[in-house]
Amino acid sequence: MFCQECKNKKATVHLTKIINNNKKEFHLCQQCASEKGELEFAFEPKFSIHHFFSGLLDVDGLEAPVGVPAPTTKIQCDNCGLTYAQFSQIGRLGCSKCYGFFGERLNSLLKRIHGSAHHTGKVPHRSGSKIRVKKEIKDMRAELQQKIAQEEFEEAAKIRDKIKELENEVKGGEKKNE
Amino acid sequence: MNEGNFQMTRLSKWMEGAGPNSEIVLSSRIRLARNLKEIPFPYLASDDQREKIYSLVKGLVENNKETFENYEFYNLTELSQLDRQLCMEKHIISPQLVKDSNNSFMLLREDEAVNIMINEEDHIRIQCLYPGLQLENAWELADSLDDLLEERLDYAFDEELGYLTACPTNVGTGVRASLMMHLPGLVINKQINRILSALSQVGLIVRGLYGEGTEVVGNIVQISNQITLGQKEKEIIRNIHVVARQLIEQEEAARQALLNEGRERVADRAGRALGILSNARIIGSQEAMQLISDLRLGMDLGLIELDRKVLNQLLVVIRPAYLQKIQEKELDSYERDVCRATLIREMLEGKTH
Ligand SMILES: [Zn+2]
Ligand SMILES: [Zn+2]
Repeated sequence: MFCQECKNKKATVHLTKIINNNKKEFHLCQQCASEKGELEFAFEPKFSIHHFFSGLLDVDGLEAPVGVPAPTTKIQCDNCGLTYAQFSQIGRLGCSKCYGFFGERLNSLLKRIHGSAHHTGKVPHRSGSKIRVKKEIKDMRAELQQKIAQEEFEEAAKIRDKIKELENEVKGGEKKNE
Repeated sequence: MNEGNFQMTRLSKWMEGAGPNSEIVLSSRIRLARNLKEIPFPYLASDDQREKIYSLVKGLVENNKETFENYEFYNLTELSQLDRQLCMEKHIISPQLVKDSNNSFMLLREDEAVNIMINEEDHIRIQCLYPGLQLENAWELADSLDDLLEERLDYAFDEELGYLTACPTNVGTGVRASLMMHLPGLVINKQINRILSALSQVGLIVRGLYGEGTEVVGNIVQISNQITLGQKEKEIIRNIHVVARQLIEQEEAARQALLNEGRERVADRAGRALGILSNARIIGSQEAMQLISDLRLGMDLGLIELDRKVLNQLLVVIRPAYLQKIQEKELDSYERDVCRATLIREMLEGKTH
């Protein structure tokens, strides 16, 4: 196949772009592709990832993923105004609040992309100290179970006391949220 | 702010060619995506909002003069298209910033190993780029810079979903870890496709040097994590590290097999590459990349004496923006091929024995 741009060199770059729901294919040589800016020294896996997940999105935002009730009203972010339908087309959220407004629908997408919708990594140091303590408690509970299973009761008691301490710490700073 | 004297033709740290396993791993990169609460993501933000994010980071940098002693802000809007493209060829910025750089800034460390991008796809992206296999070091540096920024900035963070990002593929840790690897042995013994497709089944993204949909050029592949949510940063890094170890082992075995089968053949291949590169008058980038790979293999196997730094530099200097930058004018494809050949000849002169 020849490059559709210069019709001279062999096409080695094959791209599929989805523009307004229309699938368009491009076959270019390295040179033309790089001149058109399609062929970048891309460290960022932009193309693959956007394609990957635009395939997962419900195109018009109305057809709900399995298990999610169809919306009766338009889903829209109050903060930035982006609708779920727009998000489906762009593939980007508008602001951090969108995550809350798009709720379950977005969560099920995240599960399909990542296999999980539950963050286990880093928590911000300054603003996330309470969250960090909660995570610590969770980890310690797991440890506690393990110690009990191993019949190391002395160790288990120590851990239990620590958990209590941490729990009081969280309650102290928080106006009963749970 | 430094706009006028933009020294983009200098060496980046990753090109030094040092670092663990640098005969196979060219570079290690960690990128963290971070956003501020409530302000729309850059593509939806107003000019004022974009400006505000810049001034917040700027204030923070001014309050931490010691840490940021060797850093400089660049306003990407004020750089020429060519300079932006050059930054991309050096892996300092993403292709996105070349095209859309409205009120986008970068805070670049002198050795170009650290770049904090402002108003890219996300409000803030911290990138650490090291030579060789050093993902953990890169992560530790990015992590500490992240802590420093967070002391003053209110990040968009959700207890369940982690760091919130413009693209749902980055949410959670916001971490993208990437390795650039040179795998000529696995290309020659035709194992590469089998191995790479296996990697994509374990949640890694594998691409050729030029990104998705392109052939593997110059026997260089990029490997990065696909999943950012549900795994700890260290797990993500460890996974890639484990895979990299296996790839290194297989590549080393393939190289050893090549030597066992015929040392002269490998030496011949490298020698021919050197011959062409030292004498060609017109050369396309793809051919050059392949020959540089042959040369690198010969060097790694001790068949040809060469400076690794020169070969790493060659990977960048043969790219279009770099060529045009040193010529200080636009070049068509023929002119670039001529200029590329000249530059390669000059760089190899006196560097081989
Ligand atoms: Zn073409
Ligand atoms: Zn929003």
